[in-house]
Order: sequence, then structure tokens, then C-alpha cells
Amino acid sequence: MPVSTAGSRLIYDALKASGIRMLSALPETWLVHLIRMADDDPEMVLVRLAKEEEGVGVSAGAHLAGVKSAMLMQNHGFLASINGIVSCAQLYRIPLLMLISYRGEFGERDPWQTEGGGVTEDLLRALKIPFARLESPDHVERRIAKAQTLASSSNKPVALLLCRDLMWEDAA
Amino acid sequence: MSFRRLDALKAVYDRLASRVVVTIMGAVAAELQSIGHRPNFFYLQHAMGLASSLGLGIALARPERQVVVLDGDGSVLMNLGGLTTLARYRPRNLVHVVFDNESLLSVGGFPTATATGSDIAGIAAAAGIPRTATVRTCEEFQRAFDEALAAGELTTIVAKVEAVGPSAYVTELSLLENRFEFQKFLRA
Repeated sequence: MPVSTAGSRLIYDALKASGIRMLSALPETWLVHLIRMADDDPEMVLVRLAKEEEGVGVSAGAHLAGVKSAMLMQNHGFLASINGIVSCAQLYRIPLLMLISYRGEFGERDPWQTEGGGVTEDLLRALKIPFARLESPDHVERRIAKAQTLASSSNKPVALLLCRDLMWEDAA
Repeated sequence: MSFRRLDALKAVYDRLASRVVVTIMGAVAAELQSIGHRPNFFYLQHAMGLASSLGLGIALARPERQVVVLDGDGSVLMNLGGLTTLARYRPRNLVHVVFDNESLLSVGGFPTATATGSDIAGIAAAAGIPRTATVRTCEEFQRAFDEALAAGELTTIVAKVEAVGPSAYVTELSLLENRFEFQKFLRA
């Protein structure tokens, strides 16, 4: 499985450097290394979910209690979380850092991922959620730090799209 | 046999007063506020289903605090998977109360699936919640609640209550005032 270990390590280290100490996650192929890194890290509380929307509640609770957290999910998990994002995180002004694996973009081979890929950015815009792409190792650390800073200062959800060029070591 | 949620809340109010409390929207929030709001009470006035997840986030972030989630049948049924997540981490500092009036009271009283036999305590136990109980009187509820607080183990208590609630759901307390006051309390 050519999921990039190096890309995942960069992301994980940047999350740690930004003070993230709780990660909620629902496994998907591109996230396997990140989830294992969190599981192996005694400084990180990993919350494995049954459905992604739960993670909005978990992150809201953690934030109110003073712990920085992030959600790890596929873009279809983002789709499944939208009510929670709107009626918990946005309604209650919760800084919610979302790392969303961006399936269904250029290069996607799985037919079942393609529909969600086509609506992800439009939905983020419709929800007025600021987002940036993580696609090159050069900007991972800086963008994660800046996303966390904006989430904290605005008390709002912010998204980072984990893109194929960073997450997948496959030529096509 | 069943009893009123308001009476259940009054019966344990002094215990709630010293703990971190997260409630769902609607009748539970309005009734608890009618008894007396406190800075350690947070009312999730939307996002149905997520109160238990939010309580889990607090319980994991602050293991030294005892957290009480006041949930409802309609809300739990929207997030049954959340019971498996609670069970997976089974925080010892979390007591999960489900007021089960077998209806979606605040939106017209339509019956939920617990009215036709779905058993939330049974589902919770099967999900792996280590302690569960169903109670049908105020005395039983009070006893089960005190036992859960003393047990130091994740407990789901399903309280079969009457489908009656307050005349209004909007209260004087604004959502964001509650949210920031609660955060301040938790971080103090």
C-alpha cells in the first residue's frame, strides 16, 4: 500500500508541534500511518470513532476543557459530519481543525470515491470554512501551524485537504 | 410506571451542582435551567446526538473531573455508534443518563423506536458499556445515579420518564454566554 510514510510523518509532527494532544479518527486508507503514529504516541489521546460526526462532539468537549484536538477523516466523513460542524462547532464557536483526506481528485482510481471528490471544496466554501491544500512536503508544517492559529483566533472550523501528491507514493 | 424528568433532576440536583454536566437540547436543558443554572452546566442546544460525544471529549481531556451527560432517547438513537465509542474508552469519570420518554417531545411528541420496544440499556450493554440500568421511579433513579457516581465506572442509566416537558424551550441564557462561561469554569 503506497501510502506515504514520510508525508504522514511530516503531518503528524506538525500536529504535535501545533500543540495537538487529541486526535479523533475514522480509518481510511490514506490515514493508516497517521492513525498508527497517534496510537503509538503516549502523549496523544486517540479516539477511534464509529462515525466521523462524533468527532465534532469529542473535539468540542476537548476544546472547552482546554485540550487542543484535530479530526482525521476522509472527505466522505466530512460529508457525514456536516450537521455537527454547523450545529455544534459553528453554532458554539469551536475551533475545529479538520484534516480531510481528499479522495476523488485527479489520479483517483477508485470509482466510488469520485463523486465526493467533486463536491468537497464547494461544500467547504458553502459552509464558509477556510481551507488549504497539503500537497507538498515543503509547506506542510507551516500550513498546519497557520490553520491551527486561524482556528484558535477565529473560534471556527478550519480544514486542511490532504492531497494525493503528499499522501500517495504512486506515479499516476 | 414512570415519573417526571423534572422530579428526577430535582432529586439529584445537589449532586449535579458539583460536577461537570452536559445536556441535550429541549426539555432537559430548559428544566435543568428552571431549577437553577450553574457555570458547570453546558446545554448543547442542537447537534442532536453529540452530547454524549462532547461529554466523552471532556472526560478524556480531564480525567480528574466527574462528567454527567443528560441525554434523551431521540438523541441516543441518532448516535448509537457513539455508545460503542463510549464503551471503547469507558471513561471511569462519565455517567451517562438517558431520559427515555419514548417520544420526540419538543417536535410534536411523535413516538421514537423505544415506544415500540427498542431497549437503550440493552443496546448500551451490548455495545460494551460496563454498567447499565433501566429505572422507572424517582427513588430508583436516585439510587442508580448515586451508585454510578460511587462506582467510578462508565454507566448508562435509562430513566423511563413521562412525555411531559416545560411550556417553552427558549430560555434567558444565550448559547454563547453559556459556552464561554462553561469553558472558563472547566479551565479554571
